[in-house]
Amino acid sequence: MPELRTETMTVNMGPQHPSTHGVLRLVLTLDGETVCSASPTIGFLHTGIEKTTEQKKWQQVIPLVERMDYLSAQSNSMAFCMSVEKLLGVEIPERVKNIRVLLAELQRINSHLVWLGTHGMEVGAVSVMLYCFRERELLLNINEMIAGFRLFPSYMRVGGLREDLPRGFHEAVRSFLDRFAGKLDEYEDLLTRNEIYLKRTQGVGVISKEDAVAYSLLGPIARAAGVDYDVRKVFPYLGYETYDFNVPTKTAGDVYARYQVRVAEMRESMKICRQALDRITPTGKWAIDDPRITPPPKDRVYTEMEALIQHFLIYSQGFTVPAGEAYVPVEGPRGEQGFSVFSDGTNRPWRIKSRAPSLLACQALERMIVGGLIADVIAVIGSIDVVMGDVDR
Amino acid sequence: MDGSALLALLQQAAPGATIESAPTADVHTTIYVSRDHVVEVARALRDTPELRFAFLAELTAVDLWPREPRFEAVYVLVSIEHRLRLRMKVRLHGADAHVATVSSIWPAANWLEREVWDLFGIVFDGHPDPRRLLMPEDWEGFPLRKDSPVQIRRPPHVTEALQVTQEEFAANLEHDRLTRRR
Repeated sequence: MPELRTETMTVNMGPQHPSTHGVLRLVLTLDGETVCSASPTIGFLHTGIEKTTEQKKWQQVIPLVERMDYLSAQSNSMAFCMSVEKLLGVEIPERVKNIRVLLAELQRINSHLVWLGTHGMEVGAVSVMLYCFRERELLLNINEMIAGFRLFPSYMRVGGLREDLPRGFHEAVRSFLDRFAGKLDEYEDLLTRNEIYLKRTQGVGVISKEDAVAYSLLGPIARAAGVDYDVRKVFPYLGYETYDFNVPTKTAGDVYARYQVRVAEMRESMKICRQALDRITPTGKWAIDDPRITPPPKDRVYTEMEALIQHFLIYSQGFTVPAGEAYVPVEGPRGEQGFSVFSDGTNRPWRIKSRAPSLLACQALERMIVGGLIADVIAVIGSIDVVMGDVDR
Repeated sequence: MDGSALLALLQQAAPGATIESAPTADVHTTIYVSRDHVVEVARALRDTPELRFAFLAELTAVDLWPREPRFEAVYVLVSIEHRLRLRMKVRLHGADAHVATVSSIWPAANWLEREVWDLFGIVFDGHPDPRRLLMPEDWEGFPLRKDSPVQIRRPPHVTEALQVTQEEFAANLEHDRLTRRR
């Protein structure tokens, strides 16, 4: 009888694979069904946004940075605006801070809903996707209401917001929050004690606390592994220290723990949203009073010469930012994010670098899938919530 | 802990290194470190019990062309234990853009250094995997350098026509005709 011959097999997964969340390519070496080695290849979505921003004026950068991490547009533009405002040395009004907190938290819920839906679908729970996208639609409607654009509102501007909140904003957000609490329970009914889901996720894709620290996974992945770090608590910004909320952490570090952390985060975000909504008056200041930075309201542009000149100067030349560099960390849906902004004192950025939590998560992917089964690779990629637009920029 | 106390502590932990403080606009204490002592200072930052900068939050570079020293490598560090943030910068000359890798101290630096090499052409000595990260492997130049053009206009790639003489052309036709008839 001839001797049984075994060998490893190399499998290319991606770049076009429905579960790689964009164009991530994994070269896997398999021994049977066990993954022996994995090397992620990225760069397929590299669009050179960081180089493009160097040609733009400061306000023109905002639509570009929103398209980096396309599931957390409001968070991106908020992080960018805060870094520029830090360099300008301006302090934004209290009402704007509260609105930014509210919009950032709604964006977190939005991003987590997309994550939960796609992740659920990948491990076989297709109905979760339909449920999550139903509620996400309401959030996109709120974006459309404030800015006329659903995915990339460009509503945050350096110095505040683009315009005041529309009529009916409070009612829309409140009705979403009232509806969403029950819906979140529905999602949990579908997954949290679902035997199939537990079997697919518990003990899968484990990353230890030490590895989470070593790979700088500052965000939900690290919190699921027991690293108690949230920028909102440790380095508060926009008055987060005055809000009452908790930072959920788990210690298991597996796919299921990441699921638990993100669902708990959505509940905490709802708490913050309610507190912020109570503080926001329906009308009031929406930007700083600085004629160099804030464009005048449209009705004045049409009636006053000075306002027209100011409008023309702001939209043709922009404003200058003092030389220096700033990096203001904020807690995005995927973890600490922020923009290293370098200025040479002109009206265009010298360099802008985005801290991409997805890039670091992608780097740590190898750590999580080697030694596991090939079928679990899908569950792990889903659980780290990578957005390839953020990885490649 | 304020900036000067941090600096004194760090100088004590890494006695050989040249460390100078720099002004900053945000929460990060900013220091400049001489190129030859990056690894020593990085290890001191991570391991000194009063500092414990366990996280490398960000590693990037900036090109100050045409000034010299042309490049600055920027490391943003976080210490959760002591709630500290630090920005460590290293000045690099354009003709000699080398700096030692810190990926043995913070494994997260692996891809971040690859990205900086890819986009700026700064070499990280001793890097375990020195390949391009985002750009195609056969890309020429380093796109985020300031002297790299924004819109590259290259002559279009043309494939030259096959050189065939008149006789060979006729012979080919004849051969083709004969084989088809059969």
